Amino acid sequence: MPINAKPTGTPEFLLAMNNETWETVIGLEVHAQLATKSKIFSASPTAYGAPPNSQANLVDLGYPGVLPVLNQATVGMAVKFGLAIDAGIAPVSVFARKNYFYPDLPKGYQISQYELPIVAKGHMDIVLEDGTVKRIGITRAHLEEDAGKSMHEGLGAFSGIDLNRAGTPLIEIVSEPDMRSAREAVAYLKKIHTLVRYLEICDGNMQEGSFRCDANVSVRRKGAEKFGTRAEIKNLNSFRFVEKAIHYEVARQIDIIESGGKVLQETRLYDPDKGETRSMRSKEEANDYRYFPDPDLLPVAVDEAFIAGVRKLLPELPDEKAARFAAAFGLSPYDAGVLTTSRELGDYFEAVVKQIPQDPKLAANWVMGELAAALNRDGIDIGQSKLNATRVAGLLNRIADGTISGKIAKEVFETMWATGADADSVIAEKGLRQISDPAAIEQAIDAVIAKSPGQLADYRAGKDKLFGYFVGQVMKATGGKANPAQLNELLKKKLAG
Amino acid sequence: MSLHTLSLAQLAAGLRAGEFSSVELTRTLLARIDAHQPQLNALISVTGTTAMQAAAVADGVLARGGGGPLTGIPMVHKDIFCTEGVRTTCASRMLDNFIAPYDATVVAKLKAEGMVMLGKANMDEFAMGSSNETSYFGPVHNPWNLQLVPGGSSGGSAAVVAARLAPLATATDTGGSIRQPAALCGITGFKPTYGRVSRYGMIAFASSLDQGGTLTASAEDAALVLRAMAGFDPRDSTSVDMPVPDYVAGLEQPLAGLKIGLLKEFFEKGLDPDNERCVRAALAVYEKLGAQLVEVSVPNLGLSVPAYYVVAPAECSSNLARFDGVRFGHRAKDPKDLMDLYKRSRGEGFGAEVKRRIMTGTYVLSAGYYDAFYIKAQKVRRLIANDFERAFAQVDVLMGPTTPTVAFELGSKTSDPITMYLNDIYTIGANLAGLPAMSIPCGFVQKLPVGLQIIGRHFAEARLLSAAHAYQRETDWHTRVPPGYE
Amino acid sequence: MKPEQIASIAHLARLSMDEAEIPRYQESLTSILSFVGDLERAQTEGVSPMAHPLPGLVQRLRADVATETDAHERYQANAPQVAASLYLVPKVIE
Repeated sequence: MPINAKPTGTPEFLLAMNNETWETVIGLEVHAQLATKSKIFSASPTAYGAPPNSQANLVDLGYPGVLPVLNQATVGMAVKFGLAIDAGIAPVSVFARKNYFYPDLPKGYQISQYELPIVAKGHMDIVLEDGTVKRIGITRAHLEEDAGKSMHEGLGAFSGIDLNRAGTPLIEIVSEPDMRSAREAVAYLKKIHTLVRYLEICDGNMQEGSFRCDANVSVRRKGAEKFGTRAEIKNLNSFRFVEKAIHYEVARQIDIIESGGKVLQETRLYDPDKGETRSMRSKEEANDYRYFPDPDLLPVAVDEAFIAGVRKLLPELPDEKAARFAAAFGLSPYDAGVLTTSRELGDYFEAVVKQIPQDPKLAANWVMGELAAALNRDGIDIGQSKLNATRVAGLLNRIADGTISGKIAKEVFETMWATGADADSVIAEKGLRQISDPAAIEQAIDAVIAKSPGQLADYRAGKDKLFGYFVGQVMKATGGKANPAQLNELLKKKLAG
Repeated sequence: MSLHTLSLAQLAAGLRAGEFSSVELTRTLLARIDAHQPQLNALISVTGTTAMQAAAVADGVLARGGGGPLTGIPMVHKDIFCTEGVRTTCASRMLDNFIAPYDATVVAKLKAEGMVMLGKANMDEFAMGSSNETSYFGPVHNPWNLQLVPGGSSGGSAAVVAARLAPLATATDTGGSIRQPAALCGITGFKPTYGRVSRYGMIAFASSLDQGGTLTASAEDAALVLRAMAGFDPRDSTSVDMPVPDYVAGLEQPLAGLKIGLLKEFFEKGLDPDNERCVRAALAVYEKLGAQLVEVSVPNLGLSVPAYYVVAPAECSSNLARFDGVRFGHRAKDPKDLMDLYKRSRGEGFGAEVKRRIMTGTYVLSAGYYDAFYIKAQKVRRLIANDFERAFAQVDVLMGPTTPTVAFELGSKTSDPITMYLNDIYTIGANLAGLPAMSIPCGFVQKLPVGLQIIGRHFAEARLLSAAHAYQRETDWHTRVPPGYE
Repeated sequence: MKPEQIASIAHLARLSMDEAEIPRYQESLTSILSFVGDLERAQTEGVSPMAHPLPGLVQRLRADVATETDAHERYQANAPQVAASLYLVPKVIE
């Protein structure tokens, strides 16, 4: 396959081609805004969407003479996160200055943590679609302040700086370079996203920028010991973009190496319109950040009593909930993972199962299937579902007790979703009760057989596929209401003759 | 009775007794400032109108029987303290047009006491210097001899008090910037323990070394002001939450039995023999008063200067990064791009000494040099602090010279590193270790003042002030006024 | 210190530096650094760096309350260049 300057073909195709030779190595750095009321070092509000610079006080603006004071809630949130990923909590951590010049960084340095972060090594397990569980290492997590925002359009020869976001607390979560595919990366990212929302330390709103991801991507020949040179793709704010950016980047790097070139260690941005990554001009040169402990802040001390206090307040974590669901409801680890993507979804699912305890799998399929599709279509999440758990359980119970078939249930669901009505009302109104009377079904079968002598002959001659034809015709004649299981059984008998 | 030579206590008494008003006092001092500013250049801004307004308000308060010991008394702030609505320049072109939008905590506290601000004192640019020759607004002249430097970086503050233009000037000390000018100008300069006085609103030079303090004629005056200035500030994370003792009540603490440590390293080569004579005479007075002199040593003191020349520039290079022409301060004209904006705004805004220190700081923090320089310097810092701690196990206070010589000529400064070094070595140790330290006048050499330095343990301000006060009850060096300023 | 080093430090520090200025800074930095080199001789085995002059203090925590209100008009009254409440800089291309 010819390798061009620009990668062509679908990424999956390319990767399939290159799987023999190449291995992808991915590490992710997640920046999650902590859901505090005030900023990390100042008492400015953190609410999103305020008019430009209306939430930037003198400390945020880096005026001469101002000083930082640490927000207590950020410490608790960091510790909560550390406990949830099984990490060590540093009894003493230190804030350090990361020095560089950029207009959205008012002090000319970012207060972050460098040598002594508050959260040490931990891990996060991800469950892939095929059921494999992979443990992704988390190197560390630390507290730091966010920068402001730059606007480059609509101001003529200028860029405009809004410092509302400057000083918003962030937790930076650094993974080990343990991921080997975009799929794994997205699974990990989604898990972290789920976790921070479970812990109520971040609202996870990627559109508003509360949850951002930088991907460090490199490739190496399979079997190679050292990692290849990595490029950092910054500020990916959707799971889809993460996946696409990684695919593009991997293809780009392989292409470079195979053409005899060298991958540059650089910072890149993903352009969603063009579907490609490009070098960030403004950050072209490697920055020497000259980290040193911030002399305006003292070391942060966290003692055992504090940690124990935080531990007591931990909610049931996603993994715990998923394990419980898998055991109690016989779900696959993957399905249990999907159903526990958020606490709200998990709670909703549990509420449904409570009302149809004899068939949790049915509940799982419907919540992950029809319900999820409807939520997606309407662009809402489970908290805004048009149908509550009781309504959905009501519908599922009608499938379980044979009143309607699964297929008809889908129709009923659509009506319920649109009108908010309960299952029984819709079934009654539309007369959708399943026909389970064998005599009635036989009658319908007989009628179809009578008008289809050709197909009958072909079927009996060995064309098994025609079974579907008969099923379809009976369903048509009965308005889709024939009980499928009974239909199958009776039809088989009749066709056999 | 000349109003301008009265002590703070005398001024307070006079105001309360109605012998004179704050308005009268303020007018008198503003006139003196006006008269002497051309020769001294001690002030960058004079806030005459607001001073008179504040004085009138103070008179009202006093008339109603309200106010405290500092109400209605005029003073000057070093132009490093942010003063709301008033130009705050740090003696730099970078902040030439900067009107501070808030009051520093120190400013707010003294304002709350009813003090009347006459203006902002000249200083070395961004507090970097020890002769007040790096100011964008021109050098300050020593009232004792106009050809000589007043010391720095708080040269303007020292000249104001020495020339009796105001009884109090606030100042800051990072490597000796209160004590050294106090010595060269014949007044009392006090640097508190690190964390004792809030740094909020005090434009940062080297955050782990800076402390705000006072320049006054006497220890008694210093005690009065420090009692109001010191204290915990929740807006400063390095501010210490400890109650402030009544330094004034503590002044009369008896001296007898005080163990005074004489640092061996302070009396080694380089100290001018005449200066040494004055200092030793002062020590003899202490002995006469019942103190005991003990020789002690801070063996690593010699390393305090190289350690300081790493730590201070490192911190300042970072602290001054916020001056970028974007939100306040000097902006270069017609920048062609962002890089040009930064480089020219900063290149034009900062003077040579400031740039030198930023460059040094940037270098010692840079990749490959951080461990060898910055980390090493901070380790040496601990060695020095430990040395001081060991010395204080044997004695109550340390005493010695504040400077190796008396004031030197303007412009003669000194690319000679030895002299530079010697100028710093007496004072820097106290900053590195965060110890309280002061300088009081103890004599003259060729009609120029000599300072005696007193260093104490952490939070031993009361001890230092009472020891200084005891000496000032016995002697009158601190009452001497430069010829022409009586 | 070599001229290229001076130029690169000046760049890191965002200070304009023309050819003529370089020798001056070369000289002062070289002399400061040679004298700072004395630090090397110090015996600091097992000594931990001292970032704060007062021992044993830890960071105080502030309650999570937003008390600040919008004062941007006052702050921007003195700003070098503002439009639509945004601080302006020459256009940055990312």
